[in-house]
Order: sequence, then structure tokens, then C-alpha cells
Amino acid sequence: MKQIRKITKMRLFLPIFSMVLVMAINMIYDVANGNVFYNFFTISIRNGLLYGRLIDILNRGSEAAILAIGMTLVVSSSAGVDISVGSVMSLAGGMCCMLLAGFGNANVSQYAMPLWVGLLAGLAVACLCGAFNGFLVSYLNIQPMVATLILFSAGRAIGLLMCNSTIVYIREPSFQFLGGYLGPIPTPIIVAILCITVMSLILKYTALGMYVQSVGINAKAARIAGYQSRRIIFTTFVICGLLAGIAGLVATSRIYSADTNNIGLNFELDAILAVALGGNSLGGGKFRLSGSIIGAYTIQAITTTLYALGVSSAQAPVFKAVIVILIVTIQSPAVKAVMAKRAAAKEVAARKGAVGV
Amino acid sequence: MEDKVVLTMRGITMTFPGVKALDHVDFTLRKGEIHALMGENGAGKSTLIKCLTGVHDFEFGEIRVDGIEEPIRNHSTMDAQRRGISTVYQEVNLCPNLSVAENLFIGREPLTKAHTIDRKAIVKRAQKLAEEFELNLDVQQTMGSYSLALQQMIAIARAVDMDCKILILDEPTSSLDDNEVSKLFTLMRRLRDQGVGIIFVTHFLEQVYEVCDRITVLRNGQLVGEYPVTALPRVKLIAAMMGKDIDDLAKIKPEACENRCGDMLIDAKGLGHTGKIKPFDLNIRQGEVVGLTGLLGSGRSELARVIYGADRPQTGTLKVKDKPAHVAQPIDAMKLGMGMLPDDRKAEGIIDDLSIRENIVLAMQAQQGMLKLIPYKEQCEIADKYIALLDIKTASRETPLKQLSGGNQQKVIIARWLATNPDFLILDEPTRGIDIGTKTEIQKLIIKLAEEGKSILFISSEIEEMLRTCNRLAVLRDGEKVGELSGDMTQESVMHAIAGGEKG
Repeated sequence: MKQIRKITKMRLFLPIFSMVLVMAINMIYDVANGNVFYNFFTISIRNGLLYGRLIDILNRGSEAAILAIGMTLVVSSSAGVDISVGSVMSLAGGMCCMLLAGFGNANVSQYAMPLWVGLLAGLAVACLCGAFNGFLVSYLNIQPMVATLILFSAGRAIGLLMCNSTIVYIREPSFQFLGGYLGPIPTPIIVAILCITVMSLILKYTALGMYVQSVGINAKAARIAGYQSRRIIFTTFVICGLLAGIAGLVATSRIYSADTNNIGLNFELDAILAVALGGNSLGGGKFRLSGSIIGAYTIQAITTTLYALGVSSAQAPVFKAVIVILIVTIQSPAVKAVMAKRAAAKEVAARKGAVGV
Repeated sequence: MEDKVVLTMRGITMTFPGVKALDHVDFTLRKGEIHALMGENGAGKSTLIKCLTGVHDFEFGEIRVDGIEEPIRNHSTMDAQRRGISTVYQEVNLCPNLSVAENLFIGREPLTKAHTIDRKAIVKRAQKLAEEFELNLDVQQTMGSYSLALQQMIAIARAVDMDCKILILDEPTSSLDDNEVSKLFTLMRRLRDQGVGIIFVTHFLEQVYEVCDRITVLRNGQLVGEYPVTALPRVKLIAAMMGKDIDDLAKIKPEACENRCGDMLIDAKGLGHTGKIKPFDLNIRQGEVVGLTGLLGSGRSELARVIYGADRPQTGTLKVKDKPAHVAQPIDAMKLGMGMLPDDRKAEGIIDDLSIRENIVLAMQAQQGMLKLIPYKEQCEIADKYIALLDIKTASRETPLKQLSGGNQQKVIIARWLATNPDFLILDEPTRGIDIGTKTEIQKLIIKLAEEGKSILFISSEIEEMLRTCNRLAVLRDGEKVGELSGDMTQESVMHAIAGGEKG
């Protein structure tokens, strides 16, 4: 009993619990339907490529996981959210395709300039967006939600302008690599793992984590102790922008086209939700990167599960909402307080019982 | 002179997590008197007022109001108003976009027969009220078009019109000029003559002597006493506010500076920040302990903050070790070997969710920069060293700082600065809210640091503490450095310097 309580008190308990819950539902469903041999957890190789729902979740969840990294930093340092990441994804993709196809061309099978120029330009414009958001938030003291609302609405439109208001297709096979396969493994998974690894290393070997958390918990005290709060908040927004750019390029490569109206649509919400599901307070301060990443894949697992259960894509959001409400409620401080009270009452009752005997 | 009592508060006790904000405080208000409630910040003035007006729910005690049989307990300011207790705050809590008349009757609008608001009646009654208070204004203009002073008087008129027996004025004069203040005082005197009991909270001593009949002094949440104004000259009032109780600590005495102190370390000329601290000169030698004394709000903290760059200086120059220094923000000062322990521990000192280890290495890490993380092992060694050195009581070095007591939190912040090995350390009220044992430790530490050649700028509300540790005192009054004391300083001479000019 004591050990169980110890486990439930761990910071990452709830995110992991939510993930396991979603998996368990799948398992029960599979067993009930007699799908013992081909089930949720089966991973197979077809035509030299990995197949299976787990692979699908990891693959499709890549963009959200990459975004969640940046979002975690922004939330921690500024106690606000960056709602422009979805639009920035689209803008980065648009910028990249525009350069690679040449402005005005809607369908090309040859690059107008080297691939790396396009990719770098996409990332650069994403960083610029992050810098713009960061400037508004840290130097002009505008609330993050309001500041990023500007690019939330304008980013996509600028992307569309760059693509001459059409969908730009790039039918050069190497362009599909980021969204395709590296050997048997989907490349997005590798990109996500790379991003996660790099950020983990940065957090482990530099003081970024301490900087961001100190500013997020008490900016005034951090300033007196020599931390330049503004510069740090600015940096987190730039990092968030860069990661949105990476996610945008992956999403663009998947469909080998700059569909600026749809790339990254509603992804900002998934990214924010991932941070919250990961047990991180949206009020800023202490954060766990691992929590956010588990959160991001949990969201994808829910979506994939719903499709597997035969829920149509139009109705899926409703069920998704219900599940999210459940998970968020379990994690809410109010429920935690009630549970703690109950546990305490039980303990008291148990002690009284023992005395009575 | 047996005046009729309108309000008695007895044994009011109120605890906030970790501090006793009010400890069995008594307060008595008589009909037709202006009663000053005095005390330094944190003495419990506001808390007492808030207990009375229902903002805080006090734990023990009794409040009785004339005309009500039972002891009362207000649960909201509306409650209080119904019982005849009205408050006018420093910031006028009325709506600048509504007309004066609407503001006067907001929440208690006269109704027509059809139960709509009777606007004509509002204007009429407002005009009558304005005449009664000799306010020269058009009641149909918006509130925002009048000066702050007039707005305040409108607020008072509104309070008095609601049949108020007890009027609380909380720092009403802070943002008024002399002319407006005198107008306000005329109004207060008139209300007093009409029999209203007025509680006047202020930190301007002059005004207390100009308008009040009686003074109640609070200190550290306790009642010091109630005095008629004539029985409490200025110096005695300051003594009462600051506390003269001589604690029998071990006699600590700083060595004289002459032989021991080294070269000039800090040389400030004309540093200032508009509205906070008027331009001042200050120099500090190596190994010297300089104290800043004055009442709270006299600019003590502000002076220190300008040197440290916590508030960017707008005028003047600063030289550190004879080299011109440009300090625009704390990190600049830290690079010059400064450190500052701010007076508001909660707001500016602790990072409460981080562990003790992280809090201790915080400033050191800032000096090293983001890219050079202090290795975890080294962090632990540093943390353990200071936990042992300063005797910080904690379960482990990984305990979140918010779980420690105030005194131990303070030690962690001191450790944070000691870890940076500063040449110049500003300590703003390091001993406030700390038990007597820790206080002595901190005082001894200051002297030890000075002997090691470090310079200290020390701010404290307790004069004894300053006399015990400082080589020299700079005196501040009303945001201005007005003088320096050194050599044979006594409690009396310091208090005279603080009170200024006046003969005690």
C-alpha cells in the first residue's frame, strides 16, 4: 500500500497512467474482438517498412511531440502559451516550397535551388516568427496569448501569399524524405527523437533549465540574482519557433506540398494540451520535458485508437474531448485534494479501528 | 473628557501562514475624534483595518460598535457599510467613467415607482450633498474629469452620506499636494465636529500632529499603546514605532574602521531615481560596514537598489574600485562583485519551487552564464557547505525552499550570495521576521565578513542592531539622504537624526 502511494506521488505518474489507460482500452477491445494475432501492439515489416499501430502513433505524433518541447519552455518561462506554432509550421513549409519551386510555380519536379537552402530558409523564417513573438512578450510586456494571436492569424496568410495562393507541389523524391522512411523506420520518428535528444542534452549540460524555471517561478527574484528575465523569455520563444519550423517541414514533406491552409491546423492546441497532460502547470515554473512528450504521444494514441475503433474522423474530436476532460480532471488540484483528504480520513479511521480492537 | 465610545476592538488576533499578523490588539475609537493608527509597514495597521471592514476574518477577539448589542463580525465591506463603517482608500475605488452623481449613489440608487433608477433624484440629491460638503463641482460630469483630491472628497461624501459613524481613511494623503491636503483636513475636522469617529492611517508624521487627537501605535502585530497626541512628541512616537526594547544579545562591536579598512570600494556621486530616491553621494571603503537608517519608506531600500542596479539609476555616476562602472541591471553589479539580499524575501528573494541546492547556486550560476553549468556534484558540495556553515535546518538539500521557515529561507539567500564571494554585499533587512538566535548569528556574520575585507551596506529598522554592527550610518528622510553619523552614536542621537530638526 505504501509503495503504491509512493508511486502515485511521482510527478510523472499521471501522464504515464493516462498513456497506459489508453493502451489498455485498445488491448481489451482487441481481445474482445478476437484479434489476438493482429492487434494494437503488433509490429510487422511489410515491403521492408515497419507497420503497426504503435509505429503509426509514434509517426503521426512526431509533430506534436516536437512542438511540445518548445511549448514546455515557453509555458515555463512566461506562464503563457504560444498559439502561433501551427501557423508557423505552415509558414515554414510555405517558405521552403516557395523557394524550392520558384515563386509562382505550383507543380515542379525539379528544385529551383538546392534542397538545403529551402529547408534552412524555412527554419530561419520560423525562428524569425519566434523572435517576433518573444519580442512582443518579453520587451513589450504583451500577454503571450495576445502576442502570438497575431502570427496565429497572419502566419498562415503570409504562407499562402508566398505560395501565390495555391498549393505548391514538389514532386522531387528527395523532398519526401523528411516525411518518409529511413530504412524501415519512418523519418518523422527519427526527427522527433533527435529533437528530444538534443533538448535533453541541452537541459542536462547547460543551465537552461535553471534559467527558465527560475524566471518562470519568480521573475523578480531571478532578476535580483542576476538573471535577465527578458532575454530568457525571448530565447524560449525563439526555440519554440525553431521547433515549430522543424515540425512544419516534416508535415510539408509528408504531403510533398505546401498546403498552407491545412499544415499544422489545430496543432497549437495539441501542443498546449500535451504540456498540460504531462503534468506541467500552465501557470509556469517547474517543468518536466518527459511529461510533455508522453502527453503528446498520448494525444496521438487517443486519436489513433478512435480511428481503430471505427469512429469517423468528423466525430473523433468529440470523443477526444471526453477523454481529455477525464484525464485533466484526474490531474486537477481539486480532485487531488479530495483524494488526499479521503486517504487521510481512511488512515485516521484505520488507526481508530486499530485502537478499538 | 469622557467621550462616548463608538468602536471597541478587543484582543483581535490574526495569523497568516507563518506570521502572527495581529496578536491580541485592542483599539478604541471615540465619537468625534480623529485617531491616528501608526506603525511601520508590516506592523499590522492594514490587517487591523481589514479585520474591521470584513476583508479578513480574524481568529479571536471581539468588535463592538455603538448602537449594536451583539459583538459584530463583518464578512464583507458591504456588511461593514451597513453597520456604519466606511473606508476610503489611497486609490479611490470609484468608477472614473461614471458621473459624480452616479458614483455617489452606486449600489444604492433611488428607484422610481416602476423600479427603474430615478436619475433625476440622483442628480438632485447629489447636488445637495455636494453643497453640504462645499464641493465646487458639477455632479453630472464624469468622475475622471476631477482631480484625485476632489475624487477622494467625493468618496468621503459618499461614505458619510451612507450614515457612517466610523470613517476609515487609509493613506488618503499619499498622492495629494499640500493645498489639497489642507482641504481634506478641513473636511475631516468638520466631520469630527459632527460626531464622526475617524481612523486616520498615514506615514506622514507632520500630518498626524496637525490633525489628530489621539494616536494608537502598533509594532510587529502588537499594540504598543494609545496616547493623546499632546503626550507623545515626535521622537517618542518614532521610538514607539521602531521599538526600543534593548535585547540582551551578546555585546557585538565592530572594530573601528581607521586602521582596518582598505581603499575606497564604492563611490557614488549624485546617483538618483526620480520618485524613489533623490540624488545622493555615498562612499564605502573595503571592510567597512555602512548602515542606512530612517523610517520605512524613507528611501533606504531605494538607495541600495539604485547602487545595485535593481532600479536603474537615472542620474549620477558610480565608481567601483576607482573605475567608472555602468550598472544598468543586477547582473552588471554582480560582475563587479556586488550582491544584494532584498528586503522582500518572498517577492524578490526566494525561488520557492526550486530546491535549496538550486537556490544556493542560483547567483553563482548566473555569474558563470547559461552555457557553463556548475556540475551537479559541485552544486551539492557548495550547498552542503553552506547548509553546515549557516546551520540551515532542512530535511535535505533537495527540499523545495518553500517548505523551510522564514529564518532558514533567509539563510539560504545569504548562502546564495556568500557562494559568489562578493566584495560588496547589500543586506536589506536581513533579520526581519527572524528569531533572536538567528539574528545574532547574522550580526556576527556581518562583522566577520567585514574583518575579511568585504564591504557591507546594512539596512535595518532596529537601531540597536545597526549600532552594534555599523561603522557609519547614513540617515534618510522622505526619499533623501540627509546626513551621516559616525563615531559615538547612541540610540538617541540616531533617532533625533531620523526625526530631523524637531526637539524631542
